[in-house]
Amino acid sequence: MTPPILAAENLSMAFGRFLALKNVTVSFDRNTLAAIIGPNGAGKSTFFNAISGAFAPSSGRVIYEGRDITGSPQHAFARMGIAKSFQITNVFPQLTTHENVRVACQMRRARFDILTPRESLGDLSDKADRLLGTVGLAGARKRPAADLAHGQQRGLEIALALACDPKLLLLDEPTAGMSPEETVGMMNLIVRLAAERTVILVEHKMKLVMGICQRVIVLHHGELLADGSPEEVRANTEVRRVYLGQNV
Amino acid sequence: MEAFRPQVDFIARHRVAAVVVFLSLFPLLVPYQALAVNILIFGLYAMGFNILFGYTGMLSFGHAAFLGTGSYGAGIAIVHLGWPWYVAIATGVAAATAVGMVVGFLAIRARGIYFAMVTLALAQCVYYVFFQAETYTGGENGLRGVEVGVIDLFGWRLDFVDPTVKYYVVLAFVAFALWFVSRVLGSPFGAVIETVRENERRAQACGYDVARTKLVAFVISAALCGLAGTLRALHLSIVPIDSLHYLTSGLVVMMCLLGGMGTFFGPFVGAATLLLIEETFTNLTRHWQLITGVVFMACVLFFPRGIWGSILHWIRREGR
Repeated sequence: MTPPILAAENLSMAFGRFLALKNVTVSFDRNTLAAIIGPNGAGKSTFFNAISGAFAPSSGRVIYEGRDITGSPQHAFARMGIAKSFQITNVFPQLTTHENVRVACQMRRARFDILTPRESLGDLSDKADRLLGTVGLAGARKRPAADLAHGQQRGLEIALALACDPKLLLLDEPTAGMSPEETVGMMNLIVRLAAERTVILVEHKMKLVMGICQRVIVLHHGELLADGSPEEVRANTEVRRVYLGQNV
Repeated sequence: MEAFRPQVDFIARHRVAAVVVFLSLFPLLVPYQALAVNILIFGLYAMGFNILFGYTGMLSFGHAAFLGTGSYGAGIAIVHLGWPWYVAIATGVAAATAVGMVVGFLAIRARGIYFAMVTLALAQCVYYVFFQAETYTGGENGLRGVEVGVIDLFGWRLDFVDPTVKYYVVLAFVAFALWFVSRVLGSPFGAVIETVRENERRAQACGYDVARTKLVAFVISAALCGLAGTLRALHLSIVPIDSLHYLTSGLVVMMCLLGGMGTFFGPFVGAATLLLIEETFTNLTRHWQLITGVVFMACVLFFPRGIWGSILHWIRREGR
């Protein structure tokens, strides 16, 4: 059995006296699509932030490919192959859609190169176009990111995340604020992306993830409530109680 | 405008050459050469500042520290050490770069208005160090006697006292700086500093070390402002203490905003506008700064992109 790509060991996060995350231990296998769900305030985002490096957990460890990466600086994550998208759209608004992705692609090749022209890295421009094609934005390459519709910006963010050729893709509510049609498109995209890499997404719309994920992790009040296949989670009485009144 | 698209694109592609050609003819447009030299030097100062302010998105209120350190570095090298002018320029730039590293290292920990305040405070420290070191800097009176009469270029002797010669010697350095800045802005690193301006968190998530990127941008900016300072020392034959004054730091912010932050040529337009206003109105009234203030406010209110920025915006919009 291959070791997990990412493992959270006894992760806890305290904000003042409030424990947002209590001793959560989960591990993720390679090339799977997993979802973290839970009602509002369950600690999903806290968990996401702790494993994606936005902040270091109060205690516990995050192990990526056998290495302890707890507390590594944010920029180190992309270099290790862990990319993320934010819950609130985070792009480079004044740059063109193409330049957004091109500069993200440049990260492994040139970070402090001040004298060669950008044009000498022409293959990065092609790569950026390919990624824009993947997320369905090829037609918008010359437009400033700020001019894109909300759903398109979410797509652009996925392209930015893909630019570092991630082995692990972390998505925080990728469909937040999207129309039903856009949501379907995004879900299809996520399934396609998960064929080649590990994808972990945080979502509060439970129904959405049940159909596409191999693995569902349910958090409640900062604790791990259930962990298993969608069928197992759906049958779990505890989960039914927490999501009382909702059609699971 | 559509008819001129190829010409506009041509100029944009050869922006360094275009600006150098313009600046070569510029002395014909201003009343006297010393003013033209001043505009050139402050244009360079504003261009260095613009790398940090316009492209990296960090507002520093302490850039006089680098202009002044460059000036004093060159001045002390000539007056006290008797070094030749080209070594003095290198000394001034090196000193400004070193001060830039220290100030940058301490200031980039803060963001936004706090960053501005930290740079201001550190620049004041630099001011007082030079102010107190009277033996070397002349203190309040400034450092006098920075005389460079003749510039010897491999047997080719240039009379640096002649204002026209002086202008073109300074222009040679400015041309080099323009080329350098154009290269930096067009480089991969130039793309990275723009992502830092646009969205720090995203730049970090993309794998860029934002703190180090900011520091490199800060030091490049300081070095260019230092170069402007060394040229100013040679130009004035004296280093006035006001080189380090916070008003000089404020002046460059105004020049940048007035000309157009984040544009290649904007800083020169801003420097020329402010210095020409000063030149024109000091002869008419003691309250010439009132005019500067009104022009500045009008610009902020009606042309937030600055003069050159608005022209560029108009050309691009027409081109669509």
